Amino acid sequence: MSDQHHSHGLPFWRKYIFSVDHKVIGIQYGISGLLFLLFGFCLMMLMRWQLAYPGQPLPVLGNLFSEKFMVGGIMLPEFYNQLGAMHGTIMVFLGVVPLAVGGFGNYFVPLQIGAPDMAFPKLNMMSFWVFFLGGVSMVASFFVPGGAAQSGWTSYPPLSDIATTGQTVWLIGMVFLITSSLLGSVNFIVTIVQLRADGLSFFRLPFFVWAQFVTSFLLLLAFPPLEAAGVLQLMDRVAGTSFFLPSGLVVAGKALTVSGGGNPLLWQHLFWFLAHPEVYVLILPAMGIVAEIVACNTRKPIYGYKSMVYSIVFLGFMSFIVWAHHMFLTGMGSKMSAFFQITTMIISIPSVIILTALALSLWGGSIRFTTPMLFATAFLPMFGIGGLTGLPLGLTASDIPLHDTYYVIGHFHYVVAPGTIFALFAGIYHWYPKVTGRKMSEILGKIHFFFSLIFINGVFMPMFIMGLAGVSRRLYDPMQYAHAQPTQPLNVFISICAWSLGLAQIPFILNFFGSLIWGKKVDRNPWESTTLEWAAPSPPPHGNFDTVPQVYRGPYEYSVPGQKHDFWPQDMAKEN
Amino acid sequence: MSDNLIRYISKPHPVTGVTNAKLGIWCFLASEVMLFGGLFSAYVLLRTGAPLWPRGSEILNVPLATLNTIILITSSVTMVMAWASLAMKEFSKYKRYMGMTILLALAFLVVKAFEYGHKFEHHHFPSTNTFYAIYFTLTGLHGLHIVGGVVVNTYFLFPGSRMWEHDPEQFMGRIECAGLYWHFVDLVWIFLFPVLYLL
Amino acid sequence: MEHSTEEIKKHVKVYIAVFAALAFLTVVTVAISYLHLPIFQAILVALVIATIKGSLVACFFMHLISEKQIIFSVLLLTVVFFAALLLLPVFTSGHPHVA
Repeated sequence: MSDQHHSHGLPFWRKYIFSVDHKVIGIQYGISGLLFLLFGFCLMMLMRWQLAYPGQPLPVLGNLFSEKFMVGGIMLPEFYNQLGAMHGTIMVFLGVVPLAVGGFGNYFVPLQIGAPDMAFPKLNMMSFWVFFLGGVSMVASFFVPGGAAQSGWTSYPPLSDIATTGQTVWLIGMVFLITSSLLGSVNFIVTIVQLRADGLSFFRLPFFVWAQFVTSFLLLLAFPPLEAAGVLQLMDRVAGTSFFLPSGLVVAGKALTVSGGGNPLLWQHLFWFLAHPEVYVLILPAMGIVAEIVACNTRKPIYGYKSMVYSIVFLGFMSFIVWAHHMFLTGMGSKMSAFFQITTMIISIPSVIILTALALSLWGGSIRFTTPMLFATAFLPMFGIGGLTGLPLGLTASDIPLHDTYYVIGHFHYVVAPGTIFALFAGIYHWYPKVTGRKMSEILGKIHFFFSLIFINGVFMPMFIMGLAGVSRRLYDPMQYAHAQPTQPLNVFISICAWSLGLAQIPFILNFFGSLIWGKKVDRNPWESTTLEWAAPSPPPHGNFDTVPQVYRGPYEYSVPGQKHDFWPQDMAKEN
Repeated sequence: MSDNLIRYISKPHPVTGVTNAKLGIWCFLASEVMLFGGLFSAYVLLRTGAPLWPRGSEILNVPLATLNTIILITSSVTMVMAWASLAMKEFSKYKRYMGMTILLALAFLVVKAFEYGHKFEHHHFPSTNTFYAIYFTLTGLHGLHIVGGVVVNTYFLFPGSRMWEHDPEQFMGRIECAGLYWHFVDLVWIFLFPVLYLL
Repeated sequence: MEHSTEEIKKHVKVYIAVFAALAFLTVVTVAISYLHLPIFQAILVALVIATIKGSLVACFFMHLISEKQIIFSVLLLTVVFFAALLLLPVFTSGHPHVA
């Protein structure tokens, strides 16, 4: 209790490095997340060269890479595989989740519930630094002999069991990241349950908080089996066990001298038990952010708030029992595949309810087409495409030809890239004034938006066609296969769009840093929003609020008849 | 500077009826259930897929493990007695019971070291077969959890116990949470023991 | 948590009783294992006894028997997912058997 007041007089390293303030930690996660997103994006841009021009030396940049990775500027297949595995790992575990949950969640959940901080500030600080260690491990893995992990972000054995040292470093990195997530999720759950301001009942919570709440349960209960699996794979690699190695395995003509008796599918079950809920971890905070921005920029309450809440809770629950739809090709028999098809079809219902409610929220609204609103609105059809293209993958019969093709890559990228990442951009533009006290430039924002929207569709739409043509994912050289050759022009097109998408991020980067100095200064509530974070100063001080907040109404009281203003803040006692 | 402090550290929330730490530790234990669940799931999948699987009693030392079971159950009693002593405001009794809990935990680890040593002497390693692999991994992870508990309990016996002087309520809450963790470690063993040693 | 010394003394009596029950059940479960029952029965008996022991620890040492609703909700959710994790993978593999 005595710790809580002493922000002044703290030395630099305790105020900014090992801070226990959720806002500092949120910014630490946010900046780290953005840097890792950029790094993961660069890995992909490298891959796209090899895919567009297989076997051709990469001009200029190719000479910067050591012989381990590129010979004469030509990418080695091992390096391509490292790029692929690490692109996925970094984007999911070091980019999106730290930004969406660690960044936005940490910063805004306490503010939106009227709390002075998270329930366990020291634990929060430890979560960040354990995450940081995980990130360092992952990046460092490129520099160990044999390079980084190269068995896909899914690390399937037996390949991952016999892979080079980088895989062991990946596993250690994952243990750090999982631990960080677990500690963080405990913090979020306790904070949301216990520290809501007086008057803030569960059904008066902003949808963003509900999204973070459900996400935290997914992280809490789904991650540990992957931690267990990670331990088992470490045992296989380091202690010579055969958890995942079947008997009689022959590698490069020689029988492996291990005990055998293991099961590669054991890894798949434990991995996907986490990885399926993980994809909902990727999307739920994004839906939360979109809901906040849509309500604020339509000057209307969210349509169907209660349905959305019930849907998101149901979605969270269902996400634990669909995982084997990633394993339809493993020979599970028709009864079990029927079970997983049914649960997978059922889980699409709450998703559709949420998306429809958000879309209907636009109807009759007084829409302000600011940059955050553009990104948030674009999220809706983009996530729609992502979700709809998932349906054939959730049904065994149609999954059989599509599994492990570019169709899958197109599907999940639509959900995460023009889906979640657009929502995260929306959140940055929307909440930047609260964090910095300044607005970002609308002009640069709109340039960023339009070019990103165009090029991101250019990258991922053709992948559905390639997948339907039977082109496998994780191919180093598409020209090897006759059936992949006709779609090679699409590969060139995609790569050009991908590099252009990279260039389209420059206005964002300039805007993000430039606005810190030149952005228009704002006060507490520049968007005239209703939720509690806008009642605090911009940026909020240690302890967040001048006085302990009291909540009188729901989160989206916009355009209430009889009021002078078109918004009625949650904590305002009198009329507005 | 606001007067807005983090609430429900020592006093329970009026609606949920629990303190932050109590809810937090139960959430953490829920995640631990899933962690050991992952390993038990591995055990089930490996055993049901194996053409042959030894009975635990043929390979492992049942009397020694039974002793360890009794040791751990006793340590659970001493742990809850440590908390009860604080509830009755008897600090020196708390120290005695906490000390006993730690010693019993160390005894458990010594017995375990003996067991492992014996296996290694006879060239039985995790790499020998999947039975040994899952045996060493499950008991090893459980053992690491015991070590963690020893560290936490030792902290609360020595430097951490100073909190009793200025905030007895929060200290009692912390010991209750440490106790919950400790009982959970006992609970895992209650299932580990028959599954590995007796079946 | 406010507890009077009288209440705690009653709790202590319960703790001792639970300890005795746990010790007894440990002996029972080991003794039954010497009967070398067929594997399915052996599993069932061992798990039933373990569940009883575990419930005693949870209900009395961990005070679950008097705990609040919110804790039960978290645990119930956990139990459901634990069951899914333990059972569904086995059902997806053909011909599970216990050797």
